[in-house]
Amino acid sequence: MEPTPAKLLWNGDTAFTVEFGESINGDLNDRVLALDGVLRETGLDGIVETVPTYRSLTVHLDPVAVDPSTLAANVLSLAQHKVGPAIRSRTWRIPVVYGGEFGIDLEAVASHHGIGADEAVNIHASAEYRVFMLGFLPGFAYLGGLDPRLALPRRVNPRSITPAGTISIGGAQALVASIAAPSGWHLLGRTPVRTFRPGDDPIFLFEPGDRVRFEPIDADRWDELDRAAQAGERIAGFVEE
Amino acid sequence: MSGTALVVLRCSGLASLQDGGRPGYQRYGLSVSGPMDPLAMASANALVGNAPAVSAVEFGLGGGSFRAEGAELHLAIAGAVGVVTVDGRPLIGSRSFTLSDGAEMTIAPPRQGSFGYLAVAGGWLTKPVLGSVALHLRAGIGSLAGTPLKDGDRLKATPTSRRLPDYALESAPLYGGEPIRVILGPQEDHISDDGLRTFLGKVFTLSHQADRMGYRLDGPAIAHGAKGFNIVSDGTAPGSIQVPGNGSPIVLMADRQTTGGYPKIATVISADLRRVAQRRPGDEIRFAAVDLATARDAARALASRIRDLPRSLRDAEMAEIERLSRANLAGDVVDAMAEQP
Repeated sequence: MEPTPAKLLWNGDTAFTVEFGESINGDLNDRVLALDGVLRETGLDGIVETVPTYRSLTVHLDPVAVDPSTLAANVLSLAQHKVGPAIRSRTWRIPVVYGGEFGIDLEAVASHHGIGADEAVNIHASAEYRVFMLGFLPGFAYLGGLDPRLALPRRVNPRSITPAGTISIGGAQALVASIAAPSGWHLLGRTPVRTFRPGDDPIFLFEPGDRVRFEPIDADRWDELDRAAQAGERIAGFVEE
Repeated sequence: MSGTALVVLRCSGLASLQDGGRPGYQRYGLSVSGPMDPLAMASANALVGNAPAVSAVEFGLGGGSFRAEGAELHLAIAGAVGVVTVDGRPLIGSRSFTLSDGAEMTIAPPRQGSFGYLAVAGGWLTKPVLGSVALHLRAGIGSLAGTPLKDGDRLKATPTSRRLPDYALESAPLYGGEPIRVILGPQEDHISDDGLRTFLGKVFTLSHQADRMGYRLDGPAIAHGAKGFNIVSDGTAPGSIQVPGNGSPIVLMADRQTTGGYPKIATVISADLRRVAQRRPGDEIRFAAVDLATARDAARALASRIRDLPRSLRDAEMAEIERLSRANLAGDVVDAMAEQP
């Protein structure tokens, strides 16, 4: 089946978005990352930076340096190319303390689905996720791949603050939060991994397209790992593919 | 404690260092930051011989008092600042001046507009993070320690090697009364026809929920259409106007979220975003739709205006004499201090 043609949406005179669809799925995200890769290789004049999201690529441009319409037409023609499946990525292993004070919504999520907390943890930790998008705040990783057995709408009353490292779910999505922030999602656990480390290189742990697996750890290991992470140690394991 | 610096004795509002910002990291969720009013920052920089995006102090609805330490400093102010007093002498408008070693100055909060800039010849010296010294408050990076400037901070500068003349610049209107120009979309199809008429036809006012991340507007609710008020999150741009479920629009500013899940009815054109930024809570705002070509012409006009700033400089003494005589001819009472709150 031929993929649907990409759509051009204007974000004023300094950006446009190439939209491949309106849903969350791996095929759309493949096309987003493929176009992102092509543009980064091609280096078209006037592009300032590109932002891959679930289903579209936003291109930021300098309207003084280039005619935005011409640039958009060139990008759109590159977007119609067929996409190969091979996108190089890494798989991260992220240690998580589930439940209790680390994941205050775990029990409620489990009972909502009529399962035990242990089973909810097991379901969450046995899936392989993909970083569909980094956005909202620095280093916030939006993951696809949540088992539908855990999916549930966001909370009616968002919390005004949730801690850095929060592992949460909302709708069909899963999230690794890098810094403290308000959230209306369900908090399952917390990781001591710093996914945003100002002053370090690289400053961000994840790249769009990376794979993520969660590894349950005991709460009594938190302090040790948190101290190590604080000291700059990289406590997330990874496998390069 | 040595070297040349401007010591912050006291400051109010949100004061931070800004420069051209840090493009290239939006793909990781980090927005660009940089000045809320690039023209005003470029003006302050031009007055002391700097390039437009050299680091300057940005004052958000505030001011402060300061002391030069280690050497005299060649400084300039522009944008929304109140009266500047140097050694008891008031200075008005966008201009440069010298603060001698050990001398103190005060900058009063603005009576109009929101963002003012303090530049120093050569720029303020601090370690950049990801290529920029611009404060990004939510990320906790930039400026001196990832936080707003506070009492006791020391802003380091290069000692002035030669005495620069004092210049003045005709102050640009901070925002003016004309509507803010927007390009409709990218999700205007989530807004009903009534909602679009409300957006383009009614007057909004800036609410108190306004910071470097976004400006929430009060006014008539903008009605969504059949597609509702949730989208699968996609990229935002500076000036994106989101319409959340309650129908009150939010204009995204320099420290905005890089992605968002509310439909965006329109985007403020780049040349007009500074005119939104300089508004303060309670100020009115209207929108008018334009096309891409108009927006690009405006962007180029603003860029050439910034490029031409060094050629627009005037002798500060002459500018002051002209200002005073104009005021006298108009029958105004000449009392500079009256501008101080």
